[in-house]
Amino acid sequence: MSALPKPIADATTRSEPPRNAASRMRRMVAGTRDEWRRAPWTVRLSIICLLMFYLFAAASPVFAPYDPTHQYRNLPDCPPMRLHLAPPSQWSHGFFFAYPLTMTDAMARRFSEDRTRRTWVRLFHRGHLFTTDSPADPYFMLGSENLGRDLFSRIVYGARVSMCIGLVGVFISFSLGIMVGAFSGLMGGMTDNLIMRWCEIEMSLPSFYFLLALAAVIPSGMSTVATFFMIVAIMAFISWAGFARVIRGMAAAVRSAPFVEAGRALGASRTRLLLRHVIPTVLGFAAVNASLSIPGYILGESSLSLLGLGIQEPAASWGNLLSQAMDPQNIEHYPWVLIPGIFISLAVMAFNFLGDYMRDRLDPANLN
Amino acid sequence: MARFLVKRILIMIPLMLGITLISFIAMSLVPGNFITNLALDPHISPQVIKQMEAEFGLDQPLMVRYFRWLWQVVHLNFGVSLAYRVNVTSLIASRAVNTVLLSLASMMLSWALAIPIGIIVAVRQNSLLDRGLSFFSFLGMSVPAFFLAFLAMDFALWSGVFPVGGSFSPDYAALDAWSKAADRVNHLILPALVLGVSGVASLMRLMRSQILELKNSEFVRTARAKGLPERTVIYKHVLRNALNPFVTMAGYGLADLLGGAALVESVMNLQGLGLLLLNAVRSLDVPLVMGSVLMGTILLLIGNLAADIALVAVDPRVDFSTLASQ
Repeated sequence: MSALPKPIADATTRSEPPRNAASRMRRMVAGTRDEWRRAPWTVRLSIICLLMFYLFAAASPVFAPYDPTHQYRNLPDCPPMRLHLAPPSQWSHGFFFAYPLTMTDAMARRFSEDRTRRTWVRLFHRGHLFTTDSPADPYFMLGSENLGRDLFSRIVYGARVSMCIGLVGVFISFSLGIMVGAFSGLMGGMTDNLIMRWCEIEMSLPSFYFLLALAAVIPSGMSTVATFFMIVAIMAFISWAGFARVIRGMAAAVRSAPFVEAGRALGASRTRLLLRHVIPTVLGFAAVNASLSIPGYILGESSLSLLGLGIQEPAASWGNLLSQAMDPQNIEHYPWVLIPGIFISLAVMAFNFLGDYMRDRLDPANLN
Repeated sequence: MARFLVKRILIMIPLMLGITLISFIAMSLVPGNFITNLALDPHISPQVIKQMEAEFGLDQPLMVRYFRWLWQVVHLNFGVSLAYRVNVTSLIASRAVNTVLLSLASMMLSWALAIPIGIIVAVRQNSLLDRGLSFFSFLGMSVPAFFLAFLAMDFALWSGVFPVGGSFSPDYAALDAWSKAADRVNHLILPALVLGVSGVASLMRLMRSQILELKNSEFVRTARAKGLPERTVIYKHVLRNALNPFVTMAGYGLADLLGGAALVESVMNLQGLGLLLLNAVRSLDVPLVMGSVLMGTILLLIGNLAADIALVAVDPRVDFSTLASQ
């Protein structure tokens, strides 16, 4: 991703070479500020959203108030707890509190507030962003799921899977697609033809069912990390072909460009032509194109996990958290099981807004 | 034209061989086979298992199984589903009704909404209406269909107006013809809306960008210079040219008619092809999966071909020689 703004940055630095690192830094900050001001509010909101989700992923133990796998056996399917602001006279105790819940009906999962006691919710406490005095009386911001695990903590930890899957997947299909596509476009002729036919076959495969069939190959005893990489690898294998085709089209256009002809006339090898001339030319476009395919990975993982084929319990991903909603009974009685779906939608939306904006922004037709 | 058709049909053959072979290999990568689950049942003796394996040909090596299947297909026999013990063709045909109804309903809905909205929005570029609708189209494109399906189920539970999932009511068989039709439609509304939303959004954006691209072109300026009213310029000159990619999209849509919405069908419990295929993949019912994959591929290829032919018919700038050279 960091390769993205490069063409623009290069253009500015080349026209006025910076004298030292400090001025270069200042220039970069100013450039970033300009970009920020120029972007519409939807894009700014998307960036904030994505930064927040990646912070969730990077510092899950801080953002999650509780252990995501700890089961509060007496609080299963607990609704989101109301947060109360304490009157100013009690601010010496704390600012926010919730009334602890106790289960009154284990079958219907009914809870009642215990108004005589208060659970104080404290910010920056015990190494968490917010949490209660002791993990024994929890405050469930978004409720709990059927085993009594805190939904918000699980969503925070789930961000690790759901937010990283797009980046890793795009990295794989991007590298594969750009190498194969650029090679195919540069070679032309029979090789090109064969590679493109292969890509067409891969693109015509019913991708979701394919994903499903291959996901069944993953042994059930595997660790979460290994499963994660298997899923990414499968999705990248399915999606690189379409990407390679786009790159191939660009590379074919570049093939007869004067600078490639010049390189060839000077006796540059095929590898050199590919690595130094063709790939750098298509890189910017390819990066934007890749960023637009990130939502596909997020959706792919959540679809798999929804069907129980993706990341396995007790590990959390937004998809397998949402899988509780597969039972209409759960939607009816515990509507908060739908909350992970909001996070998936937000992430997909943010990537869509950002990718679309970057495509317009980097389009040579709109450069001004 | 004949040359073009022959070339396209010849290209289809290796494509279909490749797709079916890859699908076959993918299915065989999964450990175990359809019988594995049965073998866990202590009531079924090992001899019966062996016998069934031999009967289904599951004890043969991969390539033998593939070519046997191919040989059957060449004779237009798609085999018998292992799980349902029914001919694959008739099984797919019986489920196809639901899926085709659903796909047609959602497609009609999204086209009927997207094209007029796209035109209005493009004509009033950068107005409040344009910005608002463009924003909502992005929302519609970004919210995953399965999540919309959950929300629709929630709405159905909450309002009680629509049935909560399913393709028809439990007492469907006892109803008279009119009530049957009404029952079907009633069960179709929410799923069609769910599947239509993302379609509306993306088609609307496509229409908008198409019109905007053409709005400043030379032939439109000529039309305006001739003093034609704005309506005529938009509907007769811009719109006809803007509809080009929609012809192609309709071709792709043909492939989506079969099993494009497995997850939504699974969430809303619709008895369609998507759900059938989903379960077939999970239970390793190879003949059923291969039959669906092959039919889906054929539809995709025919759809693309039909779209190309339609494109030649509607757009005088495109002819078969340019298509064949692509």
